[in-house]
Amino acid sequence: MAEIKIINVSKKFGKVTAVNNVTLTIYDEEFAVLLGPSGCGKTTLLRCIAGLEQVDEGRIYIGEKDVTDLTPRDRKIAMVFQNYAVFPHMTVFDNIGFGPRMHHVPKLEIKERVVNTAELLHIEDLLERFPAQLSGGQRQRVAVARALAVQAKVLLMDEPLSNLDALLRLEMRAELKHLLDELETTLLYVTHDQVEALSLGDRIAVMKAGIFQQIDIPMQVYDHPATFFIGGFIGNPPMNFLHARVIDSGTKVMVNEVEFKLQTRVTAYLKKKKQKNVWMGIRSENIEPLHTQEKNAFHASILVVEPLGSHLLITVKAGEAILKVNAHPDSNFKTGQDIWLKPNAKKIRWVDKKTEKAL
Amino acid sequence: MKSKPKRSSSQLAKRGLIYLLAISIAMFILIPIYLITMLAFSTNDVIYSYPKPLLPSEVTLDTVSFFLGAYRIIDSIKRSVLVALIALVISLLIGAPAGYALARYIFPGKDSFRLLFLSTRAFPMVILSIPLTVIYINWGLDDTNLGVALIHVAMALPTAILVTSSVFVGVSKELEEAALTLGCSRFEAFRRIVMPLALPGLAASSIFTFVLSWNETFAAAILTINNRTLPARLIVQLGGSPAPFKYAGGFFILVPAVVFMLFVRRYLLSLWGITLK
Repeated sequence: MAEIKIINVSKKFGKVTAVNNVTLTIYDEEFAVLLGPSGCGKTTLLRCIAGLEQVDEGRIYIGEKDVTDLTPRDRKIAMVFQNYAVFPHMTVFDNIGFGPRMHHVPKLEIKERVVNTAELLHIEDLLERFPAQLSGGQRQRVAVARALAVQAKVLLMDEPLSNLDALLRLEMRAELKHLLDELETTLLYVTHDQVEALSLGDRIAVMKAGIFQQIDIPMQVYDHPATFFIGGFIGNPPMNFLHARVIDSGTKVMVNEVEFKLQTRVTAYLKKKKQKNVWMGIRSENIEPLHTQEKNAFHASILVVEPLGSHLLITVKAGEAILKVNAHPDSNFKTGQDIWLKPNAKKIRWVDKKTEKAL
Repeated sequence: MKSKPKRSSSQLAKRGLIYLLAISIAMFILIPIYLITMLAFSTNDVIYSYPKPLLPSEVTLDTVSFFLGAYRIIDSIKRSVLVALIALVISLLIGAPAGYALARYIFPGKDSFRLLFLSTRAFPMVILSIPLTVIYINWGLDDTNLGVALIHVAMALPTAILVTSSVFVGVSKELEEAALTLGCSRFEAFRRIVMPLALPGLAASSIFTFVLSWNETFAAAILTINNRTLPARLIVQLGGSPAPFKYAGGFFILVPAVVFMLFVRRYLLSLWGITLK
């Protein structure tokens, strides 16, 4: 059992609050991803869990044990660093065997572990080499193997793929997912790459300015972003947001001269807050592009058409807003044309303009 | 490819000029070293002849053994080695941790600290010599090996700290942290990861201290009377000595510095901000 519990943890650097009173439980054997833009405090939180930073407030538990004041080595964790941090003066074998050796594992077992983990990562032919003789991708594999060889209950990864080139990253991502699925390890993975987070995580914790904005399964984070920020941060292209004017005492909104009905839950909220405007959030793939006017479709003009193979990505201007819309690759849309956009009513999300939280 | 010959004519002239300059500077330094070395291994006849030959005609150890046999010279050489070693050990013991702290930690007054110990080098030894001698006599450190070593430590320490801190900066902090997460204590991480990676640089810094101490004359001459290091003894004796003694003495003072340069070239460059990685 190695649940990670983070309770009301804060960390400040001088006057800057990197992590602001966050609470999170990562379940045993879960693959959790900390996602956020650079400088949001995700790496700091990871380093707090690793014991490389001291928290200013709060407690951290690994398993049943309060590790808040323990050194990294007493926390029974392993970590993969962004810049690999493989030891340049040791062979690949010694690098991978370093953790077990420090934990006083018998020599024969060290050898067995090194060979096994090296095979898992397909670097068994490189064991005698020094890191300087390896490519970036190979060094990355050594770094992962070194962390796995410790056989810790908790594995922490700090943007492990960010230094690889795009193609290698894609390959390594799938391999990593396959590899880590088999492990009985609790995983916390830090990244700023939303695609990585969506593809790898059992759950994603989206962080901004030192606090969690949403903690949920990937599809939920994608489909029901909890805040304006998450809608714009996750997804490629990001979620479209349109101004919606509240009418008919909160039962409907007007978006570009077209009426949309609101759910009673949203109506009740808007009435209570007496809000006259909300954001309408809709993803590009949930808007039906039309050549002619239809009911519940609003007018826009096409600015750019980008053929992306699997679909067309159309950038349009609707009123004041610039939107992205997906269209079938065979559809005949051209720059400068008029277009009518029909949002899928089920996929529309409403966001409070003041609190920027989803309704 | 076509533009290459066009460009190279002016570049060639430029390069040639640079090489010419480099060669002249090298000659300026190397020719005296060569002459001293050659004459230190020549016979008396050659040394007293005029004009002196440019190539050794007959290699002999007579001159060197005459020098080594002179009054208390062997004793002074031994003393020089001992003092240099003491200075080396002490400056490493103080300099390496100080350099490590400068490289790894942010602490209040870090910049002023850096400036402070550099400024000690701006203080001329001549001004310090009288008060220093008084203190040394009061403390009973005058005319002792430890006393000379201590003043050499004071002179070498600023450089030693700067060199070691640049060496430690070169060892990535992530490596140390990786070692911590893999089960090392702070000390173990230092011993197993940082130390081996920093060792060549630390060695360079140590040799620097050794050579500084080996060649240092002024303080050593002021602070000692009987128990003199080699340069301090030579400075007194060289003027009134016969020519063979001068050449052999010069040779013994030169050797460590030259050997040192050969060994630490690499690290001197990286110390001056050029990375060779």
